[in-house]
Amino acid sequence: MFSSYTMTTLRYHRDRCINCGRCSEVCPHAVFLAGDEKAELVRPESCMECGACAGNCPVRAIEVDSGVGCAWAMISAALRGKDMDQCSCGGEAGSCCAEPEKR
Amino acid sequence: MDHFLARWGVNRTEHRVRPGLYRLGNPGPDSPVLASANYTLSFDALRSSLPGQDAYILVLDTMGINVWCAAGKGTFGTDELVRMIALTSLANVIRHREIIIPQLGAPGIVAHEVTRRSGFRVRYGPVRASDLPKYLENGKATAEMRRVLFPFRDRVVLAPVELVHAALPTAVVMVALYFLTGLTGALAVLAAVLAGTVLFPALLPFLPTKDFSTKGIILGALVALPFAVSIGTVSTLPPWATVIAVATPLIIIPAVVAYMALNFTGCTPYTSRTGVKKEIFRYVPVMVLLAVTGTAFLIVLGVSRFIGVI
Repeated sequence: MFSSYTMTTLRYHRDRCINCGRCSEVCPHAVFLAGDEKAELVRPESCMECGACAGNCPVRAIEVDSGVGCAWAMISAALRGKDMDQCSCGGEAGSCCAEPEKR
Repeated sequence: MDHFLARWGVNRTEHRVRPGLYRLGNPGPDSPVLASANYTLSFDALRSSLPGQDAYILVLDTMGINVWCAAGKGTFGTDELVRMIALTSLANVIRHREIIIPQLGAPGIVAHEVTRRSGFRVRYGPVRASDLPKYLENGKATAEMRRVLFPFRDRVVLAPVELVHAALPTAVVMVALYFLTGLTGALAVLAAVLAGTVLFPALLPFLPTKDFSTKGIILGALVALPFAVSIGTVSTLPPWATVIAVATPLIIIPAVVAYMALNFTGCTPYTSRTGVKKEIFRYVPVMVLLAVTGTAFLIVLGVSRFIGVI
């Protein structure tokens, strides 16, 4: 009840893991821990979908739809008729991290 | 002073450092190389955390945005890192082939791509610059150094910027409510905005439930309570109007604080997009319903007063 943060888009293909240790190194929430033979996915519910682990995995053993968990950005995108999933943070002055110029 | 202005959102993207290679202390060809963003606060946090250390700092062009946000956008990213390594001829300045990237820059960086394209091996440093001296001494980060925290100071440091953004609409609504309902209404607006911008971040971990919206509703209800009580006790209105007048803050303030609370998700370092999206679909309709009902109540009260019914 009153928790929207139990599921994420993180998927781990353990069979592909070569135990390079990158995922546990980059994750700031200890979602992955270094194991003896494979990286261990220990706290999936703490994933914030930043994408650091997936991007730095050299064998694509991790998949995640990375994005910024910012309601402000998503609501602004929705109000302007844009795709909520495609927005990043910023866009106009007034967000937590303003974007200096439009790209 | 520059930091103070940055925190209040004055020219917020103009607090920039020129991208390039900087010398810290007296670095030699074997000194470590640390990457940073060209946001003054990021660069200075890095510099000041390493007193007496000889090192190179490679400042990437993130357009004046901090490491974490720039990494999320990809401006603190593989392309920019490879570009700056080449542009500064880093390979001719140092003998080793290692570059230390702040851990929170990792979402923008593909380490094995950097190595393939530049020959430099990426090492991820700790989350906090303050742990860098220990990291450089031991050559690795402890589990604690790898965890991002969101302590009181980090939560409230964003409040000034939020206040500046809220100032104008708040002032307008306060004036409008002052004429419509008197001083109580104006104060209620101020209380709601302060609750959303300052109290909410400060109390975040102590408010019950996990969702930001429900935390905000609870905080908003607590803030609304004294207003409802004071309106109810001093009311000289007929009973039906008193009920509406008491109900209005109890409806509107939680909706406003909840909306501001939900928007704080982007300032935290732990909410996932999947979760935030779920929150939006779950609670925004409720917030809109509450806000519309509350506004309707206000209009009823205003009109009744205007035509002399109450």
